[in-house]
Amino acid sequence: MLRLRSIHKSYRMGENTLHVLKGIDLDIEAGELVSIMGASGSGKSTLLNVLGILDTYDSGEYVLDGQLIQNLSEARAAVLRSRLLGFVFQSFNLIPFKTAVENVALPLYYQGVARRERNRLAEEYLDRVGLLDRAGHLPRELSGGQQQRVAIARALIARPKVILADEPTGALDSQTSLELMEVLRQINASGVTMLIVTHERDIAALTDRTIRLRDGLIDGDRAPAPAASGGPHA
Amino acid sequence: MLDLDTWQEILDTVRKNKLRTLLTGFSVAWGILILVVLLGSGAGLTHGVEYGFRDDATNSIWMRSGQTSVPWKGLRPGRAVQFTNEDYDVVRSGVAGVEHLTSRFYIRGNLTVAYGSETSSFDVRCVHPDHLHLERTIITEGRFLNPPDLEEFRKVAVIGVRIKDQLFKNGPALGEYIKVNGVPFRVVGVFTDEGGEGEMERIYLPISTAQRTFGGANRVAMIMMTVGNASVAESQSIAREVRHRMAERHDFDPDDPRAITISNAVEAFQRFVNLMGGIRAFVWVIGVGTLLAGVVGVSNIMLIAVKERTKEIGIRKALGATPLSVMGLVMQEAILVTAIAGYFGLTGGVAVLELMSRNLTDSDFFRNPEVDLWVAVSATLLLILAGAVAGFFPARRAAAIRPVDALRDE
Ligand SMILES: Nc1ncnc2c1ncn2[C@@H]1O[C@H](COP(=O)(O)OP(=O)(O)OP(=O)(O)O)[C@@H](O)[C@H]1O
Ligand SMILES: [Mg+2]
Repeated sequence: MLRLRSIHKSYRMGENTLHVLKGIDLDIEAGELVSIMGASGSGKSTLLNVLGILDTYDSGEYVLDGQLIQNLSEARAAVLRSRLLGFVFQSFNLIPFKTAVENVALPLYYQGVARRERNRLAEEYLDRVGLLDRAGHLPRELSGGQQQRVAIARALIARPKVILADEPTGALDSQTSLELMEVLRQINASGVTMLIVTHERDIAALTDRTIRLRDGLIDGDRAPAPAASGGPHA
Repeated sequence: MLDLDTWQEILDTVRKNKLRTLLTGFSVAWGILILVVLLGSGAGLTHGVEYGFRDDATNSIWMRSGQTSVPWKGLRPGRAVQFTNEDYDVVRSGVAGVEHLTSRFYIRGNLTVAYGSETSSFDVRCVHPDHLHLERTIITEGRFLNPPDLEEFRKVAVIGVRIKDQLFKNGPALGEYIKVNGVPFRVVGVFTDEGGEGEMERIYLPISTAQRTFGGANRVAMIMMTVGNASVAESQSIAREVRHRMAERHDFDPDDPRAITISNAVEAFQRFVNLMGGIRAFVWVIGVGTLLAGVVGVSNIMLIAVKERTKEIGIRKALGATPLSVMGLVMQEAILVTAIAGYFGLTGGVAVLELMSRNLTDSDFFRNPEVDLWVAVSATLLLILAGAVAGFFPARRAAAIRPVDALRDE
């Protein structure tokens, strides 16, 4: 599903360049549930942005679902994002003046789905994350965990093949985090490939495979030891 | 791009940012209001002056006599110039380009006009048949004076409708006799005139008859002519030639401004047309400038709005919004806001003009301020353009937002 070959990326700031990704090789198959861990500044978010076609890379090769991602126009990137990818962010990134159901329906708007159909599907996905009764609420009227679930429903509605989550539980307490992971695991069970960036061992332990980044390189790639709170995903 | 969903998106944004939208809209509404009021006032000015020109031929040249003011060929200044029938004949036969020509003679002393027991005092003009064309007299009954009237010294009169109403009440006037200073004249025509009530209280008599009957000899008070379709330059050369002829005949310096006065309506009308063109251009410049200030305001506020919405736009892009759709969102919001605000401005401007025309009395300088269809259409087009311009730069900024930058957690 995802194939990276010696991906390099640097940030240029004036005269300085900061070499962040220093040759990443990575294969992720369809349906995997993968966590990415690493120290702060090790390049996790940078990697995820490259994977999400939100940012470009300097050299190497990235193939997503059989398509080489290189020198894409902004418009083409937008189309690929909307067809293949769903995003979940640490800070939820819901549009503050849109209700839960409107937020969830938004990706379908950019796919040209009719309004009525959009809203019907949005309610269906809200129901899946257990928030149908909050459909008409604005984000600020929801708790953090609820907001993140709305964000997940939004990431799912366009039926993406891959979901990229950058510290989805970073702003949540541990109980809520575990509940949310359960939602993500269910989604993964339905066949969606999932990459989760996290700092928390407990969260990584709930995934099938953990990739460690150190200093812009992959330092470890293995299935974690079974944790108490949940076995390896079947 | 202009589908219902996009509008829904825009309406959502607008509704959720009421204050910003209001502020944005106000500057545009104000701009268009000023534009409309200025244009309407410009039209009022034009109408006022046009009204002043309405009852006289705009291709006429009027000549009045005066007193010499400079010495000439050993003659002292201060001599009065007196036109006569010969002057009329000289212009008639000797000046090319004259279309209609008439003299005017006024009866001296107190004047009474009587019919039966009704006696009143009216303005009496003794003229040639061509006078009809100079005052734009409109005959409603009978006829105007004709050449045989003058050749045969007929005692006939053409009277204004207001005189008919006053002297004859509802009875017929044609064929009846009115007495001018005791001399009976037969009414052969009734006329009306667009120059106002005063113009309709006049009596026209054949100049030959009047000169003979009221002791005018061959004296003439003024000579008036029209010059057909002559250009300004042609009319000026006709006026110059007439002046030279008169200077020769009456022995005065052709450059003496006081000896005779010649008013050239062609010249005056052209000046007026130029002036109005100038005023119109000025008004557009001011109005468009004001509107432009509004547009710059909208553009600035939208730029700030785009900056505020950086994150939202980043989210939209991450969810699949193309740069074009983001641009469309911002531009259409700008156009929508501008158009609606502009509509209010337009309505407000028209209302102000309406108030103006109700509360200002019409004068020769100002009447009927209004905006015509053409102005409304151009203003509307201008608005849409303005909205597009106002939206363009913020929209470009929005389209260039990179989702990574917008979404970075800080
Ligand atoms: N747009 C940018 N411009 C310049 N430097 C950047 C930019 N984005 C990230 N960096 C730098 O690149 C390095 C890697 O950043 P990145 O966000 O990928 O780290 P991370 O592993 O996600 O860290 P964290 O766990 O704190 O989120 C950091 O040193 C960061 O300061
Ligand atoms: Mg990060």
